This record gives sequence, C-alpha cells and structure tokens, in this order.
Amino acid sequence: MTIDWAAFTPYASLFGGVLIGISAAMLVLLNGRVAGVSGIVGSLLRPTAGDVAWRVAFIVGLLSATLLATIVGRPPTITVSAGYPLLIVAGLLVGFGTRLGGGCTSGHGVCGISRFSMRSVVATLVFMVAGFVAVYLLRHVFAG
Amino acid sequence: MLIIAALAAGLIFGIGLIVSGMANPAKVLGFLDVTGNWDPSLALVMVGAIGVGVVAFAIARRRPQSLLQAPMRLPTATDLDVRLVLGSLAFGVGWGLVGFCPGPAVVALGTGLPKPIAFVIAMLAGMLVFEWLDRKRAG
Repeated sequence: MTIDWAAFTPYASLFGGVLIGISAAMLVLLNGRVAGVSGIVGSLLRPTAGDVAWRVAFIVGLLSATLLATIVGRPPTITVSAGYPLLIVAGLLVGFGTRLGGGCTSGHGVCGISRFSMRSVVATLVFMVAGFVAVYLLRHVFAG
Repeated sequence: MLIIAALAAGLIFGIGLIVSGMANPAKVLGFLDVTGNWDPSLALVMVGAIGVGVVAFAIARRRPQSLLQAPMRLPTATDLDVRLVLGSLAFGVGWGLVGFCPGPAVVALGTGLPKPIAFVIAMLAGMLVFEWLDRKRAG
C-alpha cells in the first residue's frame, strides 16, 4: 500500500463529513427519522400513507445540492470510469443489497455506528471489506 | 415544517457529499483501493459525520418525540442475521465495482449525466426485485 497524497483532501473531507453529520442530526432531532438514503428511497417503492412527503423532500434536497453547487460555479466532479454493463450490474447489487441488508453507507455507516448499533458495525465492516476486495480484483487481478 | 426540515437536511447532506468528494465515484474507488495507491480521505468523512452523529443520536435516544413533535423512529432490530450479512456483501461488491452508493448516486443524478441515470435506474430495479421477493416470501 502507498498513500496517494496528491488525492488526499483531509480538510474538505472532514468538513463534508461534518455537514453529513449535521444533516443526520437535523433529520433525527427534527423529524425523528434516520438519514439512510437507501431506506429513504427504497421505502418509496412500497409507499405508506403519511410517510411519503418527507422522503420526497429529502431526495429533492439531495438533487438540489447539485443544482446549487452548479449555480455557485462549483459543479461536482463526477468521474465514472465504469462502462454501462458494469454500471447496471453494480446498480442492481447496490439496490438489492442495501434493502436486504437494511441500509447503506449513510444508514448503517454513519447513523448506525453513531447509535453504537452492532448490526450497523457488522454491516459496515462487511460492505467495506467487500468493496476493498471488489476493487482489488477489478484493478489488480483482472485489469491485467 | 417537517417537509422543510427534511428538504434542508437533504440539501445539507448533498452539499456534504459534494464538498467531501464522496459524490465522485473516482474518489470513492481511490479510497477502496487499499492495496494500491490509497486515498484515505473518505475515512475522514466518516470521522466527521460520526463525530456529530454520536451527539445527535445520544440526544435523540432520550426523547420520545422529535423537536417538531414527530414520533422518534429509531431502528429496533438487534439480530445479526443472514440477510444483514448477505445484503451488505452484495452492496459492498456493487459499491466497489463502480464507486456509487445510494446517496452519491442521487446527487450525481442531479447532473443529468447518462451514467448516473443508468446506475440509479438499475439501483431502483434492484430495490424493486427485493420488494417483490420480500412480498412473495411474506405470502
């Protein structure tokens, strides 16, 4: 392992993380809900009365962030090197897996660990290691 | 008020993802590439988010209602079951293949670029497959 110092952005990443924490704090303290994006999106596919509007509002907020960043002249850098077949397979795995596992990076990784939930600690370890292995295989074994 | 709060929370969440670099799949893959040229930035995203989160959830746990009088809906499950492990495994593999997890994928969708759109459609399809199987299982 070598550290990619050129790509390392400690202050921006820590600050961005604090913003994500503030968002999760707002949603739980104001709305009484956990800021887990896979759950917020996924539950809309099985909508229950009175439980739709806040989810849609949160998603509109996420989308507005991109719009706002673009308006202020700092559009997000989104570099996707994967081709469409891989994107489709990955999308299916992420969608199915987060619903089966009950959460993603935000719900388990941020909110769950903040609650000291053992389920979320286990889930986060599993998806982190799976991610490490997937990247290792793709970049260093099959990339040739 | 609840709608405005959720909208504001979503906006701040999205800005956090963009500022931290986590909205960019290339940066996420740089973090997941621990055996190569590793970019540790995203570990600091987690540190920042959990640092604030721990305080917020400690307060939330003591309250039956939110500050806006909504019921406090915190997860109650504690069992470490096969679904948790298999689901997280599938998610992690998908995450490592392209560098998108659900939050950043929605933020990237806002750019209108074709690749994030394709990923989000596939992600929704995967979620629908889960709903279908889960309902079938429940009978």
